[in-house]
Amino acid sequence: MHPEQAPREDLAALRRRIVEMERLSGPPDGPARPRLSLGGPLDEALGGGLARDALHEAFPAEKGNAAAVLGFALALAAGTRKPVLWVRQDMAALEGGDIYGPGCAAFGLDPSRLILVAAADAADTLGAAEEALGHGALGLVVAEPWGSPRLIDLTATRRLALRSERSGVPSLLLRPGADPGPSAAATRWRVAAAPSRVAGDVPAFCLGPPAFALEIERNRLGPPGRFTVEWNAHARRFAPAPRRALPAAPADRPVAPQPAGTSHVVGWRRTG
Amino acid sequence: MSSAGDAPADPPLVTVEVKANARRLAAVDAAAARLGLHPGLTLADAQARVPKIEAVEADAAADTALLAAIASWCERWTPFVAVSGPDGIVLDITGCAHLFGGEAALLSAMTERLVATGLTACGAVAGTARAALALARWRPGRVVLAGGEREAVAPLPVEALGLDAEAARSLSYLGLVRIGDIAGKPRAALAARFGSALVERLDELCGAASPPISPLNPLPVYVAERRFAEPMGDEATARAVLADLARDLTGVLERHGEGGRRFEAAFFRSDGAVRRVAAGTAAPLRDGARLAALFRERLEALADPLDPGFGYDVIRLSVTAAEPLTATQSGFDAEPDGAGLDQLVDILSARLGPRRVTCLAALDSHIPERAAVRVPAQKAWRSREARAHTSLAHDWAEPTAAGAPLARPPALFPAPEPVETLAEVPDGPPLRFRWRRVLHEVTRAEGPERIAPEWWTVLDGNRPGLTRDYFRVEDTEGRRFWLYREGTYGRETSAPRWFLHGLFP
Repeated sequence: MHPEQAPREDLAALRRRIVEMERLSGPPDGPARPRLSLGGPLDEALGGGLARDALHEAFPAEKGNAAAVLGFALALAAGTRKPVLWVRQDMAALEGGDIYGPGCAAFGLDPSRLILVAAADAADTLGAAEEALGHGALGLVVAEPWGSPRLIDLTATRRLALRSERSGVPSLLLRPGADPGPSAAATRWRVAAAPSRVAGDVPAFCLGPPAFALEIERNRLGPPGRFTVEWNAHARRFAPAPRRALPAAPADRPVAPQPAGTSHVVGWRRTG
Repeated sequence: MSSAGDAPADPPLVTVEVKANARRLAAVDAAAARLGLHPGLTLADAQARVPKIEAVEADAAADTALLAAIASWCERWTPFVAVSGPDGIVLDITGCAHLFGGEAALLSAMTERLVATGLTACGAVAGTARAALALARWRPGRVVLAGGEREAVAPLPVEALGLDAEAARSLSYLGLVRIGDIAGKPRAALAARFGSALVERLDELCGAASPPISPLNPLPVYVAERRFAEPMGDEATARAVLADLARDLTGVLERHGEGGRRFEAAFFRSDGAVRRVAAGTAAPLRDGARLAALFRERLEALADPLDPGFGYDVIRLSVTAAEPLTATQSGFDAEPDGAGLDQLVDILSARLGPRRVTCLAALDSHIPERAAVRVPAQKAWRSREARAHTSLAHDWAEPTAAGAPLARPPALFPAPEPVETLAEVPDGPPLRFRWRRVLHEVTRAEGPERIAPEWWTVLDGNRPGLTRDYFRVEDTEGRRFWLYREGTYGRETSAPRWFLHGLFP
């Protein structure tokens, strides 16, 4: 055995005991409980942010919102400074697209902090996530199984939650294309895309920053709530979306093809 | 060593191949040889001499596979094993023979073990590979001391040189039938008459030259092994032994100030089968417990689990790649940062396969699907600091400014998906599109961002591809997509096609 190892293990045991004592003595939801700050309105509702030592799960509000669910996970990942491990079932990548480095960088998540694990089935996905949750060096573990396998039940989620509690690494169970079932998660999020609300002198047809309609459907540690937020990639935080939805986007009827030469064509904001 | 076939069956057994426009015998078993049949005879002749022979097609691929399996099994004696020709195996036993009671004892033990499995095997020990191969074929069982090769090979026929038939025949026309006849002749004359190959072969036979042999498997850096007097068939014991070996290796690595990057466990079964299991690490590893855990994980993940059969007689753990590793002083209060992650990456790589645990690396390309690449985390995770020195030296873009949409989507389809689109001609954004059978009405659109093909990376003869005009669009629900039109209208194509390449949150 390595000579350094024995004292290191002792130290780790001591540290664990101290954490245990603090948890027992402090108020259950006091400021001592580590939080993952999400910014603005969400932090207020959650009492300072997402609990770090817990399992959270995210579902799409309705079908076709898989990209928004992915964005929510990216936001959580961007909120931590530590490496993030993301376990994806192969099917999820086929359906929702591969995680793309330049896109993550644009979103505010440094791709070099990401470790991506591709799992063949749901059992591998949960197994890898459980293994990863034992390592305190991570800032977040995302598990993304596909569909609704029978495997993901109260027991499986409880295992993840317990592991998170023990290591203090938050875990996020990402379920695009699935309906909620019984779960031991601390919070359940319903995620949908929100239409752009651009303000100022930006032309009305332009896109705004990533916008989400978030709903905390279940919250063991506080009240549920609904929020419409925008993601600020630079500050790596959610901010409330501007109130004023611009009238120029007719959501109730199709956009008619417009003759060339109108403002619709000349006013493009150039990109790239 | 030669493997002519299985145990002799009642009718003489021969294998047949098509050679020089005739079906000829490729190999014969002992019974057939006693009846005067020999390789090279046509099948018709052989059947005329011995009507009741059993002839099967020669299967060169199966022979090669069998020989490779035997060679792999021979690694129990020495790590340096090479295959020579269609029926020879060369072992470099330098420094190994004393472990088995000397060269003669090693040779007879080896031959006995091979014969016990039903093979016909003959062997010899000599100072050079070619001398040993020639002696094994013509004088099996000989052990030639260093320096005695010249004398030992002298009585062998000139065929032992391994030259082509033409050269051997012209030698025998001159009355040179034994190696000894040639060895004394002036070398310049021999080279002038028969070419330099003959002289080289002669030197190799006589021990004057020893050309390099390339081993079947890369030579391990460090090895720890356990031999069992009786075949050991208990799986739990095998794992415990592996953990012991891991601890042994740790000591060796520590003495040399190194850590292993790649490891291989080899299970030699008493019936000749060898199972090898390899595992790699993200950083040099010198921790017996972690190494044992790594192999535990690896053995769990095997698609076809270890089968002890009649038991293992040797279990070996070797380091196949090592790197310098200096002991680091860890802080008193801080958890060592990278260590836990290296271990996690190793364990997940061992369980799921190294290609399933990846990191993202940026590449210098304008084509979106070429701007990022996935590299195995075992290679990349540690070398993040060293990235500036590699060809992958490229940084990620800065985050998008507040209030602006993302320039690139976080989810990208490696193969862009075709969509049906209604769009303005010639270069307007799509007004509505159908993707995966769902119709999306576009309410907002931005673009185009024109990305031209990289003509400088296109090889001769290939078409460089078409210009892409990318649009970021949003539908009535607020969902955002990255679409592109392939080909500029009128210049490159008259009917541009549309693709969906990525999804924005």
